[in-house]
Amino acid sequence: MPLCLSVEGLAARRGDTLIFRDVSFSAGEGAVVIVTGANGSGKSTLLRIVAGLLRAEAGSIRVAGGDPQRPDAVDTRTETRRDLCHYLGHRNGLKTELTVFDNLAFWRSFATAPSRRHGLEIEAALEEVGLLALADLPVGVLSAGQQRRAALARLLVAWRPIWLLDEPTAALDAASDAMVSRMIARHAASAGIVLAATHLPLDLPQARALAMPGPPRREDVGGDDVVWLDAGQVDGPGAAP
Amino acid sequence: MRRLLLRDLALAFRAGGGGLTGLLFFLAVVAIVPFGIGPDVKLLARIGPAILWIGALLAALLGLDRLFQAEREDGTLDLLMMQETPLSLIVLVKCMAHWVSSGLILALSVPVFGLLLNLGPLAIGATMLTLFVGTPALTLIGAGAAAVTVALPRGGLLVSVLVLPLAIPVLIFGVSATQAAIEAPAAFLTPFLILIALNLLFAVLGPLAAATALRSLED
Repeated sequence: MPLCLSVEGLAARRGDTLIFRDVSFSAGEGAVVIVTGANGSGKSTLLRIVAGLLRAEAGSIRVAGGDPQRPDAVDTRTETRRDLCHYLGHRNGLKTELTVFDNLAFWRSFATAPSRRHGLEIEAALEEVGLLALADLPVGVLSAGQQRRAALARLLVAWRPIWLLDEPTAALDAASDAMVSRMIARHAASAGIVLAATHLPLDLPQARALAMPGPPRREDVGGDDVVWLDAGQVDGPGAAP
Repeated sequence: MRRLLLRDLALAFRAGGGGLTGLLFFLAVVAIVPFGIGPDVKLLARIGPAILWIGALLAALLGLDRLFQAEREDGTLDLLMMQETPLSLIVLVKCMAHWVSSGLILALSVPVFGLLLNLGPLAIGATMLTLFVGTPALTLIGAGAAAVTVALPRGGLLVSVLVLPLAIPVLIFGVSATQAAIEAPAAFLTPFLILIALNLLFAVLGPLAAATALRSLED
């Protein structure tokens, strides 16, 4: 069975507020899902839940075909998703004191042998994001855009089938935007799945948009039975005074 | 894992890494005590090992709050939690690196700092040995506290408050083993073995507790 990520009826809560609910989609090999929505509509939260870093309030996330040993198994455990996903958040996950090369070598050393074999060598990954000349500089002296590109190179040095990208093009220039587009397209073409929250107009035929529903309206949260209080007494359900 | 150890060590001794802050703090404590106690050389030699232990305990607490906070701030913590390697093992390796840059260095500095407290060779040797065996437990206890307070902006003081009650047995048996080694009639081996046992206990509990705390972090 090919790899398939399916999300059903997902809801997320931060503190007392429900951020979104009833988010469902499914993505098979080669799928590119672009998550869109207003600020605060829960795009980052959705990606973090899929990555297994946050708990969902309701709903289920299933991964089918993630385990090569048991190709027919459908897995709902967060541990499985953590191992299958590359997560690129707002923060780059790079140590500013260490060189670009050392940072990538560190993450590559953490990967399992098959994912290292599948991934690119560090030099090749740096070539891909155009940072080969800066490999021996500490990340801290790079510009914000260059740091972002170094973070993108991290996705290439170890292969993981599912990419979760949160604003991957933040701080990037137009040429680098095109590079991210190419990276996403190539990853999808090699039987990967990309879930990206971005405003980048991707020139990909298979890209689908997933619009976040936005915060649920008040009456949705309270349920159907709205009771109006009139002078301290229950005045019966329904109409507003 | 070896690379994580080397990376953490490199970061600890880079500028701003705080690897040597503990040593400087240790020096400050040890250098101030003789001035506070006065020119009684015999008294100084008697309480010297205890002063070294208290100084080392406080110095070991210094960098602990940054153990996971620095990783969280640049997003590394998220990625460390998404590795195939168990999180508790990652925590254990980070503790080892932290210990090398704090406890081990403190233990190694005892021959120099002991001279300031008028300690004899035997007392210096005994303090070194007990610090060498006892300080890993301090780091391992601290890892749990650091994980609990990782999301708090100024969690440093809270880490100390959380660590101290658990660190007191380590201090008691560390100092009593040292005293026993210096003064002949007391048994050295009993408190020393308890010190080792505390170490092993926290080597299991610390990383597990820290990993659980980090996993339940929701942000």
